[in-house]
Amino acid sequence: MITHPDQHQAASQSTPPPPLLEVKNLTTEFSTYAGTLRAVDGVSLSLSPGEVFGVVGESGSGKSVTALSIMGLIRRPGRIVSGSVQLRDHGDLLTKSHADMRKIRGDLISMIFQEPMTSLNPVFRVGWQIAEALRLHRNMTKPEAAEQAVELLDRVGIGSPRQRAREFPHQLSGGMRQRVMIAMAMACAPSLLLADEPTTALDVTVQAQILDLMIQLKDRDGAAILLITHDMGVIAEMAQKVAVMYAGVVMEEAAVGDLFDNPMHPYTQGLLDSIPHGTSRGKALKAIPGIVPNLLHLPTGCRYRDRCPAAHAPCARAEPPLHQMSGTTHRVRCWLHHPEPPK
Amino acid sequence: MRGYLLKRLAQTIPVLFGISVLVFSMLHLAPGDPADLLLGSESTPESVAQLRQEMGLDRPLPVQYAAWAGRIVQGDFGRSTVLNREVLPEILKRFKNTLVLTSGALVFAIVFGIGIGILAAVYHQTLFDSVAMLIALAGLSMPTFFTGIVAILIFAMGLQILPSAGMYPARGGDFFDLLRHLLLPAITLGAVSAAILARMTRSAMLEVIQQDYVRTARAKGVGEHRIVWVHALRNASITIVTVLGMQIGYLLGGSVITEAVFSWPGLGQMMVRAIQARDYPMVQGGVLLIAVSFVFINLAVDLIYAWLDPRIRYS
Ligand SMILES: Nc1ncnc2c1ncn2[C@@H]1O[C@H](COP(=O)(O)OP(=O)(O)OP(=O)(O)O)[C@@H](O)[C@H]1O
Ligand SMILES: [Mg+2]
Repeated sequence: MITHPDQHQAASQSTPPPPLLEVKNLTTEFSTYAGTLRAVDGVSLSLSPGEVFGVVGESGSGKSVTALSIMGLIRRPGRIVSGSVQLRDHGDLLTKSHADMRKIRGDLISMIFQEPMTSLNPVFRVGWQIAEALRLHRNMTKPEAAEQAVELLDRVGIGSPRQRAREFPHQLSGGMRQRVMIAMAMACAPSLLLADEPTTALDVTVQAQILDLMIQLKDRDGAAILLITHDMGVIAEMAQKVAVMYAGVVMEEAAVGDLFDNPMHPYTQGLLDSIPHGTSRGKALKAIPGIVPNLLHLPTGCRYRDRCPAAHAPCARAEPPLHQMSGTTHRVRCWLHHPEPPK
Repeated sequence: MRGYLLKRLAQTIPVLFGISVLVFSMLHLAPGDPADLLLGSESTPESVAQLRQEMGLDRPLPVQYAAWAGRIVQGDFGRSTVLNREVLPEILKRFKNTLVLTSGALVFAIVFGIGIGILAAVYHQTLFDSVAMLIALAGLSMPTFFTGIVAILIFAMGLQILPSAGMYPARGGDFFDLLRHLLLPAITLGAVSAAILARMTRSAMLEVIQQDYVRTARAKGVGEHRIVWVHALRNASITIVTVLGMQIGYLLGGSVITEAVFSWPGLGQMMVRAIQARDYPMVQGGVLLIAVSFVFINLAVDLIYAWLDPRIRYS
C-alpha cells in the first residue's frame, strides 16, 4: 500500500504548497495506418492539492488522451513519447514499472469516465466492483470490503445501499451508475481524481447533483480534481484554474476568473461566444465555424489559424509558444499577445 | 432466476410435443406400409389387414398417437422388428457409448479451443496468435472422416501407439483401455469444434478487452492477469457458452461419421443400420432420444447463459 501525502500539513504552510501533480511537456502519439498522429503535443499542467483544474476544448482536442496518459492507461497503438508526470512524493509516473503503476491507480489517482452506461462491468454486482478496489489496495478481506462498499454507496447518496450493492449495473439509472463510479473512484481516498466529462451523458438535474457530490467528496478527502468537460458553465462553477486545449496543445491557461473576464486567445473567445450569456451548467458548446483539423495534416504555423478570425501574417510562419503574460499566471499561445511575433 | 427457470421449463413442453408428433408421423410419412414391410414377401392382403388391426394401424391417427405417446411416457418404446428385442435398453446402451465419445470430444474442444482462444487474444498479433489461428482455420476446413483416417494412418497403423477401432480390446478392459480407445475418435470428432471455439473465444475476448468497463478495471489498479481471467472472461463466456451449446448439438450429430470411421459402438452407427433395415421402432426411439437430449442441452445452455448474464436473469 502506498502512503498518502498529507495535504493538510502542506496547505498550512505559508509558502505556496508544492504542486500535487506536475505534468511537463507530455507528448502522446498514436500510430495509425495513415501515419503517426500526436494527440497530445507538449502539454504541461500543474495541480495543487484541493484544487479543481478544468480542461476544456472541442472534441478531439486531446483531453481524454491527456488524462489517460497521466493514468498510464495509454495502450497500443498509442505511446507516450516524451514528458514527465510528477506526482508529489512519488516521482515521475512515466518511469514507473507496470506493477508500481497498478498500485498507484485506483489508490492515489482515480479516474471517472464519461459513459456511466458502459463503464461498469455488466456481469458483476456493483458492491463487488467497488469492493475490488479496496481489496486490491487496502488488503481488506471480502466481507470487510463489502461492508465498506455499502458505506461508500451510502456516502455517494444512494438510498438503501445494502440492497443496491447486490444489484447489477443494468438495474441502476445513469445517475446512480455515475454515483457508483464515484464511490469506486473515491474508495481509497485518492489525492487526485481525473474526471473525464463525468456528467456529459446525464440529464441536467442529475449533472448538478453529481458535480456537487464530487465537490463534497473532494473537500472531505482533500483531493485535487482534473475536470475535463465541454461545458464552460461547469468550469465557471467548479474550477479554479482552466486550460483550453486545441488539437493536442494548450492554447490558453488562466485562473477561471481571468479567463472569463479576459479571454485572450481567439479560440477561447470563440468557445465563450458560442454559449449564450448568463448560462450555467448543461449548455454544450455551440460549434465554432470550421472543423477540428486532422492531426495528421495540421496547418503550418499556428494550428488554429485556418479557423481563426484574427489570423494574420505571423500565424503562418511559426507556431506561437505558450507565452506567460507578465505579472499574471495567464498564459496564451497566440502571436497577438506575444511581444515578438515572427516578421 | 426461479421465474426464468420455470418459464424456460414450460417452453420445452410444446417443443417436446412437437418432436413427438414428428417422430410419430415418421412411421406414416415413410413410404410403404409397416405391416406390409414386416410381413415381407409372405404378405397376403388378409394377413396385412390382420396385422394392421393388431398393430392398431386401422384406427384414426390421433388415437394411434395417444396410445403411442402413452407407451413412450411409460418407457415402452416397442420392440425392434429386426433384433426382436426391447428398443429402450438397446438404444440407451448405445446412447451411453455415444455420450462417452461426445464428452471426450467436448472436453478436447473446451480445453484446446477455449484455452487457445484466450491465449491468442492475450497474445494478439503475435506469432502465437497467427499460428494458432492458422491451425484453427485448417482444423475448420478438414472433414471429420478425413481427419479420422489420417489419425488412424499415423497413430494406429504408422506409430502403432493407439488402437484404431472399438471401445475396449476384444478381451475386455478397464477405464484406461477406454481412454486409449477414446483418444483418437474424440480428437477427430472434437477438432472442428475446437477450431470454431478457438476462433470465437479469441474474437469474443478481443471485443470484451476493448470495452469501457475493462478500462475502468485498469483504472482501479486491477492487474492484466485478473483483467483477462476475471473481468474479460466472465463477459466473453456469454458468447462462448452460446457457441458451445451449438457445438454440443453438432458433436452429437457429427458422431455418426466418427463412429463409422472408428467402429465405435454408438447410437449413430446403430441408427444407420436401423434405417437401412427399416426397423421403425428402433429409428423412432433413437430419433426421439437424440431430439429430446437436444432440447435438454439447449435448456441447460440457456440456464447457464442466464446464470452468466444478469441482464437475462433479472429481466
Ligand atoms: N486509440 C486511439 N487510436 C488512434 N487515435 C486515437 C486513439 N485515441 C485517441 N486518438 C486520437 O487522439 C485525438 C484526441 O482524442 P481525445 O479522445 O483525447 O479527444 P477529447 O478531447 O477527449 O475529445 P472528446 O471531447 O470527444 O472526448 C483524436 O484525434 C483521436 O482521434
Ligand atoms: Mg474525451
